[in-house]
Amino acid sequence: MNQVPLSHILFVSAALFFIGMYGLFTRRNMITMLMSVELILNSVNINFVAFNKYLYPDKLEGVFFTLFIIAIAAAEAAVAIAIIINLYRNFHSIDVEAADEMKF
Amino acid sequence: MSASAVVFYMLAFFILATGLLAVTSRKIFRSAIWLLFSLTGIAGLYFWLQMEFIAAVQIVVYVGGIVVLIIFSIFLTQQSGKDLPAPVRGRPVVSALLVCAGFVLTCLLLRQYAFRPMGQSVAGAGAGNMGVDASVGNIGAQMLSTSEHGYILPFEVISILLLAAMIGCIVIAIKVKPEEK
Amino acid sequence: MPNYAFIVLIPLLPLAGFVVLGLFGRRYFQRFSGVIGTALVLVAAGLALWVAYGYFFDWGKLNGAYRPIIALDVPWLSFSRSLSIDMSIVLDPISVMMIVVVTFVSLMVHIFSLGYMKGEERFATYYAFLGLFTFSMLGLVFSGNIFETYIFWELVGCSSFLLIGYYFDRPTAVAAAKKAFIVTRFADLGFLIGILILSFYAGTLDFRTLIQRFTEPGPQLASITSASFLGISLLSWGLVLVFVGGAGKSALFPLHIWLPDAMEGPTPVSALIHAATMVVAGVYLVARLYPVYAYSGPAVLQVVLYVGALSALLAAIIACTQTDIKRVLAYSTMSQIGYMMFALGTWRPGGEATGLGYTGSMFHLFTHAFFKALLFLCAGVIIHRVHSNEMKDMGGLRRLLPLTHGCFLIACLAIAGIPPFSGFFSKEDILLAAWHANKFVYGIGLFTSGLTAFYMFRLYFSVFWGRRLREDGGRPEREDSGRALRNAGGHHEEAPLTMKIPLVILALGALLAGLVPFSRLVTYDGRPEETHGVGAFAIAPVALALIGVLLAAYLYRKESDRPAKAAAAFGGLYQFAYHKFYIDEVYSFITKKVIFNLIGRPAAWIDRNIVDGLMNLVATLTAKISAGIKGFQSGKVQDYALYFFAGIAGLAVLFIYIYT
Repeated sequence: MNQVPLSHILFVSAALFFIGMYGLFTRRNMITMLMSVELILNSVNINFVAFNKYLYPDKLEGVFFTLFIIAIAAAEAAVAIAIIINLYRNFHSIDVEAADEMKF
Repeated sequence: MSASAVVFYMLAFFILATGLLAVTSRKIFRSAIWLLFSLTGIAGLYFWLQMEFIAAVQIVVYVGGIVVLIIFSIFLTQQSGKDLPAPVRGRPVVSALLVCAGFVLTCLLLRQYAFRPMGQSVAGAGAGNMGVDASVGNIGAQMLSTSEHGYILPFEVISILLLAAMIGCIVIAIKVKPEEK
Repeated sequence: MPNYAFIVLIPLLPLAGFVVLGLFGRRYFQRFSGVIGTALVLVAAGLALWVAYGYFFDWGKLNGAYRPIIALDVPWLSFSRSLSIDMSIVLDPISVMMIVVVTFVSLMVHIFSLGYMKGEERFATYYAFLGLFTFSMLGLVFSGNIFETYIFWELVGCSSFLLIGYYFDRPTAVAAAKKAFIVTRFADLGFLIGILILSFYAGTLDFRTLIQRFTEPGPQLASITSASFLGISLLSWGLVLVFVGGAGKSALFPLHIWLPDAMEGPTPVSALIHAATMVVAGVYLVARLYPVYAYSGPAVLQVVLYVGALSALLAAIIACTQTDIKRVLAYSTMSQIGYMMFALGTWRPGGEATGLGYTGSMFHLFTHAFFKALLFLCAGVIIHRVHSNEMKDMGGLRRLLPLTHGCFLIACLAIAGIPPFSGFFSKEDILLAAWHANKFVYGIGLFTSGLTAFYMFRLYFSVFWGRRLREDGGRPEREDSGRALRNAGGHHEEAPLTMKIPLVILALGALLAGLVPFSRLVTYDGRPEETHGVGAFAIAPVALALIGVLLAAYLYRKESDRPAKAAAAFGGLYQFAYHKFYIDEVYSFITKKVIFNLIGRPAAWIDRNIVDGLMNLVATLTAKISAGIKGFQSGKVQDYALYFFAGIAGLAVLFIYIYT
């Protein structure tokens, strides 16, 4: 662990974050968008844990943040699925391009 | 290059590769599975960082809960065997560009800063103090303590949030039966 | 008379009439408006006569010469201390004479119209317009500032337009009004350019200062005579252009085309505007600037001379062939104005009868007002009775309209120049001046006076002599005299009293106006001159006039085919004159083929495609850009996410690297 500098871990999390963003921008299916969001949240988690381990070894704040984020992410995923199901009932498709009524 | 470094790099590669596959795969079910693998990889990373509790929570909640939920919703809403439609023309290019730009920006920022530990310095390889032990007992005690570094309030709030989320999901997804005359 | 301010009432009273009758006349006093208008002009005429009496016989003279008196001077628009447009009232011999003429003839026309226009639906509007015209004309003659003259000039043109087009539901009247306005406006362009040239070099717009600067050697005169354009000095250009403006208003060749068509207006209007007052405005203008013309622009005076003479001759020839009574009178007017104009052109510095042309011109203006107005009003009575303008529909009216017959005869004798009627005296002066200046022009004048007598008496004999077939003077064979028959109804008297009184008064004027010692009152330098006696010189014109009368009697007194044979004898010339020398056709050709095609169409194309196109381009561009921007709000979440992230990244770069 000590041989891997903190910045490497941060690189990994940053890369994961941007991969998640790419997925968010590109994917047409709402569920796959949700998956990308989960990736983003996970990258943040990695950040917290890494900072906690490397910079503040005598504290546990990072751990708590991570725990709470995981819990909230779960709740959010559930709500998102509910919304997706609702949208599916209205538009009969979970293509995010189909829900574009709020335009000019 | 010690063994743990090698492990780390392998884990890192695994996470990123499966993450990339998750966002680019054309079949939705495979995408979900790649996500599953990515999340498991992240759990492995936590294990490598010696945060076992977090790793366990990750597996139980994320992998076992959220990914399953996603898979259920895939089944609920469409045939999973079909190919996903291609992204809108031009968007992959633009987003790839933007994302790469963002990544480069972040890396540049990271390089500028020397991250110096604020608490006790970590010295030596594999030896010395690990600081506080992130064991379940410690975590639990701190989470439920009411003293200065206690997290009891967020704990309670988050339980309310989970309750609200549950109710909200039911309300949003409920099918209103038509009135029978 | 120390206080002259009341003189401003003379033009303002008719203006008040215009305002009151124009605003309220139609609703509140439709029938009473005639009386109101007449009363106002009556007061104005009284004031004018009083001023004239005072000026000429009491306080006008200084050191033995009539001097110009500035009665009122209100600076209106000052461009600089020296160059300003003032509203001023100037009294000098010609302006005082003109106000008497204008108010008097206007008064006669007002009274006459009480009877002539009775029962007309827009009676109040008619009187309002008459008031406007009277105001404008009075303002014009009073003005001491050349730009003020221009303002009133345009106002006169505007009132003329309104009055010619009075019967606006007749397309011919509308066309005539437009033609008058456009032709005079076109001439006024020359006038304006002339004003600009003259006032630029003189550095002033005031008449007195301008004349002074251009007649005495000084820097302004030197600069304007040295500057030249196309080889002619700018002074000549300015004077010629001002003359062009005057020629348009006075219907001289070739800008005369509007005058015959202007007869579409009511007959009293023709009497006022197109006989006595407006058409002499051009002559008046040249007379106003006469010192400049005389001392500094003798070449321009040649132009004036020949244009006037040519107009006089041309109009007389055309008048011999016309059959519409008002058209004959219109051409007669043009001819007489030609006389007035070429009289002004006969200036020869130093020599016998130096200022005689000026005096003769003004005298003829004075007498012409009387007998021409009388002629038109008589024509009005005739037309009112016969309900037609054509000479073919009239005949033997002398027993039916005895008073009109007498007055018409007096007027014809006056215009023919038979002594002792007024026209004789004024024409004598003119011909004498022409004799001393230019024998050729004298010859033209002489011949024209013979023609004048001929065509006027042709008119007289055709209308009042010859066969009378019906009680009402109409001829039964013509289809439209059926209308005359139906309207004959209770027409047993000649004309109402309001129409007879002006005839009598004007006839008296035509008789007696020649006795006014004009040369003692109105001369080019204000110094009274003795009236010279009428000598052997008068024999030639009078003899020629008598020959004209006899010839007309021979041809027209009885119904016969002699006129037709005479017309056939002249053949082509007759046809040419009958069609007014095809000048209208030439104008029509030039405007339609040349101006419209070469200038009008390209201009319209530029306006439509380039000017409008530019605007359309701007609009289209805006619309396209807007549509493009509109696309940003596509309703797609991922697009928004992209924009959001791009913005954040941009801001991050901005704040981290650039604004550290």
